Amino acid sequence: MNVALFIPCYVDQFYPHVAIATLELLEKLGCKVSYPLKQTCCGQPMANSGFAHEADACSQLFAENFAGFDYVVSPSGSCTLHIKHHLHTPAHNPAEQHIRQTVYELTEFLVDVLKVTSLNAKFPHKVGMHQSCHGQRGLHLSQMSELNAANYSKPGSLLDMVADIELIHLDRVDECCGFGGTFCVAEEAVSAKMGKDRVSDHVRHQAEYITGADMSCLMHMEGILKRQKSSTKIIHIAEILNTHNP
Amino acid sequence: MHTNVTNHADASIDFNLDEARVDWHDKTLWFIREKRDKASHLIPEWEDLREYASQIKNNVLSNLSEYLVQFEEKAKANGVIVHWAADAAEHNKIVHQILKQHQIDRMVKSKSMLTEECGLNEYLEANGVEVIDTDLGERIVQLAKEPPSHIVLPCIHKKKEEIGELFHEHLHTEKGASDPQYLTAAAREHLRETFLTRRAALTGVNFAIAETGEFVICTNEGNADMGAHLADVHIACMGIEKILPKQAHLGVFLRLLARSATGQPITTYSSHFKIPQPHQEVHIVLVDNGRSVHLGKEDFRNALKCIRCAACMNTCPVYRRSGGHSYHNAVAGPIGSILTPNMDMKKNADLPFASTLCGSCSNVCPVKIDIHDQLYKWRQVLMKEGYGPAAKNASMKMMGWVLSSPKLYDFSGKAARWVLRNTPFVVSNKLNPWFKEREMPEAPKESFKEWYLKNRQS
Repeated sequence: MNVALFIPCYVDQFYPHVAIATLELLEKLGCKVSYPLKQTCCGQPMANSGFAHEADACSQLFAENFAGFDYVVSPSGSCTLHIKHHLHTPAHNPAEQHIRQTVYELTEFLVDVLKVTSLNAKFPHKVGMHQSCHGQRGLHLSQMSELNAANYSKPGSLLDMVADIELIHLDRVDECCGFGGTFCVAEEAVSAKMGKDRVSDHVRHQAEYITGADMSCLMHMEGILKRQKSSTKIIHIAEILNTHNP
Repeated sequence: MHTNVTNHADASIDFNLDEARVDWHDKTLWFIREKRDKASHLIPEWEDLREYASQIKNNVLSNLSEYLVQFEEKAKANGVIVHWAADAAEHNKIVHQILKQHQIDRMVKSKSMLTEECGLNEYLEANGVEVIDTDLGERIVQLAKEPPSHIVLPCIHKKKEEIGELFHEHLHTEKGASDPQYLTAAAREHLRETFLTRRAALTGVNFAIAETGEFVICTNEGNADMGAHLADVHIACMGIEKILPKQAHLGVFLRLLARSATGQPITTYSSHFKIPQPHQEVHIVLVDNGRSVHLGKEDFRNALKCIRCAACMNTCPVYRRSGGHSYHNAVAGPIGSILTPNMDMKKNADLPFASTLCGSCSNVCPVKIDIHDQLYKWRQVLMKEGYGPAAKNASMKMMGWVLSSPKLYDFSGKAARWVLRNTPFVVSNKLNPWFKEREMPEAPKESFKEWYLKNRQS
């Protein structure tokens, strides 16, 4: 199975350890993983700001980088969703359709494609799970509290395979953290307030760590936790799943 | 009634100056969202009902002109006088004309977001007609000389102590009184007198049935009925999208409306008006005001399915933390942000950006409007048409350029990390909106790509 690793630009630059954990985890699970070296960004920052028309060259580059793989896997629900729904190359690059159909967020790839049923991981901590909106409501990684439908959670089912982890309960199970891309600066007041409220739900329930499948939300909450000098830390789900249970 | 607010982000800064009040506002609306969840989870076929409602409304939008003509015919046959208004100005003139004909200069009005949209109260007041809003929440904001902040709960932004103050000033209740029961009783007494002395009543319309020519008004206070039954002239104003084909379809919508709005199984009153009482005149004003232009926009037309339940406002994490007035329109929140750019792109260019695109609005919508997808699409239209700030335009162009070149990207990333590590004061200062309440991420020496080249490719 030929897997291309798609690492969001800000993860590449600011959270390389998350990308390393993703790579190691996929390799552990038997995938042949390549990292196309000329990748930059999926184009979402422009598109969500209303400038999808300025992302054409970015989309073209993405299609060139990720052509010819069985799957494209990324440790980010939001960037994956953008590619799935909005990858439009100017001249309809032949790879475009295939990429959109085979791009997966990491946890859904583990559950739906690799069909992982056990992990040799251990994380003896109290952990709060943040449901990132684009992964949850866009990619349907887990059931949404608004709907009258059966519960499930792909990231949750993976965390259940981790030894000694204690998942805490939250008052609001899937409220947005307020990051929202350029929203976090354009609507700074509301964005920061949303972040503070989300963090306090986790802290109130004694989370040692906040985890999730999207580093952007975690980056937002990390910024707030650090400003508050909180002892609660953030950790990407790939880092937990990639721990070793000796 | 209009506020001075012109930009959502600026208004939100003001709203967030009092954090305890934001917490109160957020919790109040979240409580209603939770009531909605409980009520909808008690109905096993809830998701099917949403789908039926969506399909019925799709059918209405595809055949709107025929249903409207059918409705007009039936309503006329029932003895109702039907008017057509192309826009807000014509609507206001029609209402004023009806009142003039009857030499009426005082009128009661139950809740109608359409008349808020048309600015009817201001128009009539300027023409010497006194309008008393009879919905309790609307009466409160009317006394406070403010617009409603929510389409179902017009005074949700006010605390009971503030309402006590207002009532003390206007209705002479005891100073400092804030007991809801006491205040409601005072309002009831004040309004009862008004109901008995007004000869004209204006109401909104929740649903109009093409098959029968009847219309349905849903209230919890019975104020629409009280007004309409006691008045000589009943004027019902409705947007043209309020049509349903058949009476049988009502069941679907009445089950969805109150559960979505407040978590109640049904509104206290769901009143059907069909044939005028003897000696009473009933008028219906069918208002377009931009709706047929909206209907022609394929990406945005299904926003006209909206039944004004406000579930999207109650669930919206941005609305709960910025308040209804920050949306500077009669209809606030996510639905307002996709309806109002149809009316005026320049004035409302900020609203589709007042969202994180979290998608909760689309999930609670009882008629399945793809609200968050439309917010995304409005952003594209607005920026392409040049309604964005010039600086944003330039920075997005620059970003698109850098991110389409692997070399420029590597260089910029490295430079940014160097700055954060060595001269953090360049970004960690008050000019950076992120830094106001959040620390910057730590910048590692090595990007993932640099690590990968060393560890997997050497």
